Amino acid sequence: MSEELKTDNYLTHERGFLSWALTLDHKRIGLLYMIFVLSAFLLGGTFAVLLRTSLLTPNHWMFPSDPAHDTQAKLFYNNMFSLHGTVMVFMFIIPAIPAILGNFMLPMMLGAKDVAFPRLNLMSFYIYCLGAILFTWILMGGILRTAFNIHLPFGFGLDTGWTFYTPFSTSKAEDGMVAGVLGAFILGFSSILTGVNFIASIHTLRPRGMTWFRMPLFLWALYATSIIQVLATPVLAITLLLLVAERLLHVGIFDSSLGGDPVLFQHFFWFYSHPAVYIMILPAMGVISEVISVHSRKHIFGYNFIALSSVALALLGFLVWGHHMFVAGQSNLVDSVFSLLTFSVAIPSAVKVFNWLGTLYRGSIRFTPAMLFAMGFILLFTIGGLTGLFLGALATDVPLHDTYFVIAHFHYVMVGSMVFAFLAGMYHWFPKMFGKMCNPTWGRVAAILLFIGFNTTFFPQFVMGAHGAPRRWATYPAEFQPYHVISTIGSYVMAISLIMVALNWLAGLLWGKKAPANPWGGNSLEWHCPSPPPHDNFTTPPVVDDPYNLAAWEYDASIEGWVPRKPQPAPAGRAAADRTRPVTH
Amino acid sequence: MNAMLNNLASGAWGGFWMPPEGSAMAGEVDWLFFFIYWICVFFFLLVLVLLVAFAWKYRYREGQPMLDAPKHNTALELTWTFIPTLIVIVIFFYGFKGYMNLAVPPPDAYEVDVTARMWSYSFRYPNGEQSNELHIPVNTPVVFVLSSDDVIHGFYMPVFRIKKDIVPGRYNKIWVQATRLGTWDIFCTQYCGQDHSSMRSHVVVEPRAVFVDWLGKLGGGSLPPVERGKYLWDTRGCQQCHSVDGAATGKAPTWKDLFMSHVQTQDGMHVADEDYLHEVITHPNVHPIAGYQPIMPPTEGLLNEKDVGDIIAYIKSISKNYHPALPAAAAPTTGPSK
Amino acid sequence: MSTASTEISAHGQAHYDPHLAHHFDTPEQQFTSAKLGMWIFLGTEILMFGGLFCAYSIYRHNHPLVFKFAAEAYLSTKWGAINTLILITSSLTMAWGVRAAQLNQKKLLITCLVLTLMGAAGFLGIKTIEYSAKWDEHVWVGSWNKYNGDNDASYATPPPEQPTTQPMVQIPPPAYGPAAIADDANTPLDVSQIKPRYSYPLSQSIQHQPPKRESDQRPTGEQQVDERYKQLSASDQWHVNTFFSCYFLMTGLHGIHVVVGMGVISWILMRTLRNDFSSEYFTPVDLVGLYWHLVDLIWIFLFPLLYLIH
Repeated sequence: MSEELKTDNYLTHERGFLSWALTLDHKRIGLLYMIFVLSAFLLGGTFAVLLRTSLLTPNHWMFPSDPAHDTQAKLFYNNMFSLHGTVMVFMFIIPAIPAILGNFMLPMMLGAKDVAFPRLNLMSFYIYCLGAILFTWILMGGILRTAFNIHLPFGFGLDTGWTFYTPFSTSKAEDGMVAGVLGAFILGFSSILTGVNFIASIHTLRPRGMTWFRMPLFLWALYATSIIQVLATPVLAITLLLLVAERLLHVGIFDSSLGGDPVLFQHFFWFYSHPAVYIMILPAMGVISEVISVHSRKHIFGYNFIALSSVALALLGFLVWGHHMFVAGQSNLVDSVFSLLTFSVAIPSAVKVFNWLGTLYRGSIRFTPAMLFAMGFILLFTIGGLTGLFLGALATDVPLHDTYFVIAHFHYVMVGSMVFAFLAGMYHWFPKMFGKMCNPTWGRVAAILLFIGFNTTFFPQFVMGAHGAPRRWATYPAEFQPYHVISTIGSYVMAISLIMVALNWLAGLLWGKKAPANPWGGNSLEWHCPSPPPHDNFTTPPVVDDPYNLAAWEYDASIEGWVPRKPQPAPAGRAAADRTRPVTH
Repeated sequence: MNAMLNNLASGAWGGFWMPPEGSAMAGEVDWLFFFIYWICVFFFLLVLVLLVAFAWKYRYREGQPMLDAPKHNTALELTWTFIPTLIVIVIFFYGFKGYMNLAVPPPDAYEVDVTARMWSYSFRYPNGEQSNELHIPVNTPVVFVLSSDDVIHGFYMPVFRIKKDIVPGRYNKIWVQATRLGTWDIFCTQYCGQDHSSMRSHVVVEPRAVFVDWLGKLGGGSLPPVERGKYLWDTRGCQQCHSVDGAATGKAPTWKDLFMSHVQTQDGMHVADEDYLHEVITHPNVHPIAGYQPIMPPTEGLLNEKDVGDIIAYIKSISKNYHPALPAAAAPTTGPSK
Repeated sequence: MSTASTEISAHGQAHYDPHLAHHFDTPEQQFTSAKLGMWIFLGTEILMFGGLFCAYSIYRHNHPLVFKFAAEAYLSTKWGAINTLILITSSLTMAWGVRAAQLNQKKLLITCLVLTLMGAAGFLGIKTIEYSAKWDEHVWVGSWNKYNGDNDASYATPPPEQPTTQPMVQIPPPAYGPAAIADDANTPLDVSQIKPRYSYPLSQSIQHQPPKRESDQRPTGEQQVDERYKQLSASDQWHVNTFFSCYFLMTGLHGIHVVVGMGVISWILMRTLRNDFSSEYFTPVDLVGLYWHLVDLIWIFLFPLLYLIH
């Protein structure tokens, strides 16, 4: 029996299209998500590069400059930035780490065979597919129509931006509004059901000995994320339904001409969308906690603070949505209250950054691609978080609101932080997922190049925004052109480095060295099973230990991986083991 | 590039980070900006230095033993929780103080009504006159009362450091005391559709006497009807979509040769006589014209009967179908009889 | 013991319980997990309705008289109360059914499920009566509502004053010529001399293009203006439409949940007839029961908020 199981893993366990399409295996579902989510990233990213290219000159150089084409050019740009935002937010950032890495790793970290509700997991995936296809069809239809005059059936387009502000979205936006909003509605359910699954799994599938404070921090992060998903996404659901009702039936809830209030929409929308950004960043922080610890061979510093700060972020994140509406016309009292609360939410993030630095202190740092991405995360998240201070302070937010400063800020936290963490996590868990190793040199080059490209793209946008350049502008005053040009060049560098990452992974999949069970020496339970894991995850039930007790492993050069350290006989008379230990690798 | 260099040379660009300080409040806002900025620089450098130092000092070297290190240090962790908390409270306080100064106008401020519509601003002064360009007197508190005809717009003047959304169905207010003469930008910052990025205007800050003079000349009250009609075309937003030289804008029919031409609408053909012109000016979009979207903004409150008459006079004067015995100086002074 | 497929775990042990999923160690763990998942899902439903309750609270707080008028004039407390009674009873039969499943009483379970379904159908029937009455009175949702500004035949007009706290001042038509501003640039502007600005009317009704509708869907016949409506202020009259939006959105979403509930209860009924449940395994019945109780609970909040406004 064990001989068969040695070569049989979750990829080879069953074959055929249906075994993948109807799989209940969380690992396969994670891979299915990966294919779609990375495709979404490719789509959103392509449009980002197109956007930046069109912004090379103050007027749309991509179209002839006559009045008819002027209209077309503007509609094209407006559709493009809406597509970029909505695809990236709803189809990439929110699902990426939970649905790919979370689905794959969560049951294994719990020593379990699957998540609590495997069929619900598969349903989550199909709901995601349905929403994604509907969404993409509508949005691409708009692009094809405006740029190339190609008319897809039902391809109406969406030009409201991902924020759907009323009354523009309900009375004047392009016809794709209803279908696009319904696409987002459907995608939201995928998010909710994943959250339900993870919460139930963490509550009921923890093995004996794994108390809450003995869980890996990635699980704390996923738990906090799932709480937000479960509490905030339904509010988005009802908001989107109300938008559809407003648009189709003219109920008049958000339209002042029918007795409604446009600012009420903004309250409803941001009540979800602010916690949504914590859905994006918390799993990323969880990944970083794992990567920094393992790749510096050191116990995470301040476990309790990091765990509790994750939950604090989740809860405090619900209290600050009004900071997106400081200039919308809220009362001064409301503005002040939200500003104060916004500063409170900065503190847990700062605490984590210091804890990660503390983890590096006196570690034994390996500059693997995962570690390089994690270090990039620390720097870029610091910038992103610090620039949030400008926007949380009322007096400085007034001139900076809705300018490129805000765009730069959120790209630092969404791309500079979340995408870097996602890539770190993919490199960290790639051997476990696929049983192959990637070429580390190309991974390092890609990490450094992406760091350079990213800063080149977005740092000038801070300056431009401080000088008054508004966002969502298809054309701009000529004075801002140098910043736009630098930014666009940076975006090309980013594109190249991401292509490099993709090729690095592909090469690893096809020609990479066979991966050992524990290539990095982590102690959380997913490293206690073969790479790739068998269908039921564990050949023998793993023993629960402190997940950051990395001293329990030692390097074995013959397999280029880590194996459990044989227990040293305790010297006579001493009860506790000495912390100082020789490291042979 | 040239534009930027010109700006830099003339001082209109401002410093590396911020535009010139054009209002009494700009100094306070900029102070807070740089206060936060230097705190950010400090913490960023701290993180950078620690990261690079640790990466270098604690990089893996074969055979090197790992050093003893604690798994947590409650005192240290509390310290680095407590100190940032203090810092952000200070930042909040200054932000709040500055904001209250920005948000509450002085009671004797000079009121200007700003009306936004897709995709232009119109400014109305207390004497009832309106203009497409904003002029304000220097060193005088001016409060803007913002209203929108259709969707949410933004009203942003970078040099004054003030911004407010213009929300339909309510009035929002923002005030400024301009301290620097010159012509500065007004930008729309809330996405409002196709021409959102062309929704820009200018604010001209001028000395008190010049302002009063300019205000007095507004309205073109003493101009003859045809010239006044042209003045209205220029200043009331008509020229955004209607040309007067026959050029096709794609947004609205040209006024050249419009009078007494045949207009094709969805429900038939109309002859563009005075009655028809009066109807379409005062009640736009009721009979959409073939080939154009019904996007004309309402003119109720923007044009009174004399204004409409003067516009009709101007339209007649540029039409080849108009053959008066005398030049078109006498426009109807009352509306056409119904 | 049934001969359903046995699961061989990686350990080589065979589980004989056909309902125990391979990733759970015991049936109790599975049951606890399922219930927790269901409660979390119910939490999401509460938050979804919460958004609507929030919108309702805001609009009712701002226009209390509107809600009082519309509820008294157009909502039938009698039908609402009957519906409440029906739904509470159906919750009772559902809970009874769950108990029956726990005790392996198949016939009783079937009876209870059928009674629950009948209650749900009755609820929907009464809702149909109420909705068609609204249709007849031309107070349907959105632009089919005679109080909605978008309605072609609407007699709702925008109020002359803005819905803000700004004081409105009427002035004579603008005068031409120089404004009354001090000439001396050194003296402060004497604002008392400046004529106040004139009122700016809401011009939305011009911008809105009413939807094209079939003529038979348009409200026909002479519309009697309700006396109590005339007593509302102009601003309040403009907001009557908002009450109906809240009413239809809240009861509509609730009605959709009732329909879905009927669907899942029917599914449970079918599975009961197929002998799927026993005292060892009744989880789906329990979970559907929880769902039904939530649907009932939401109605118990809706009823007083919408029907019992004084």
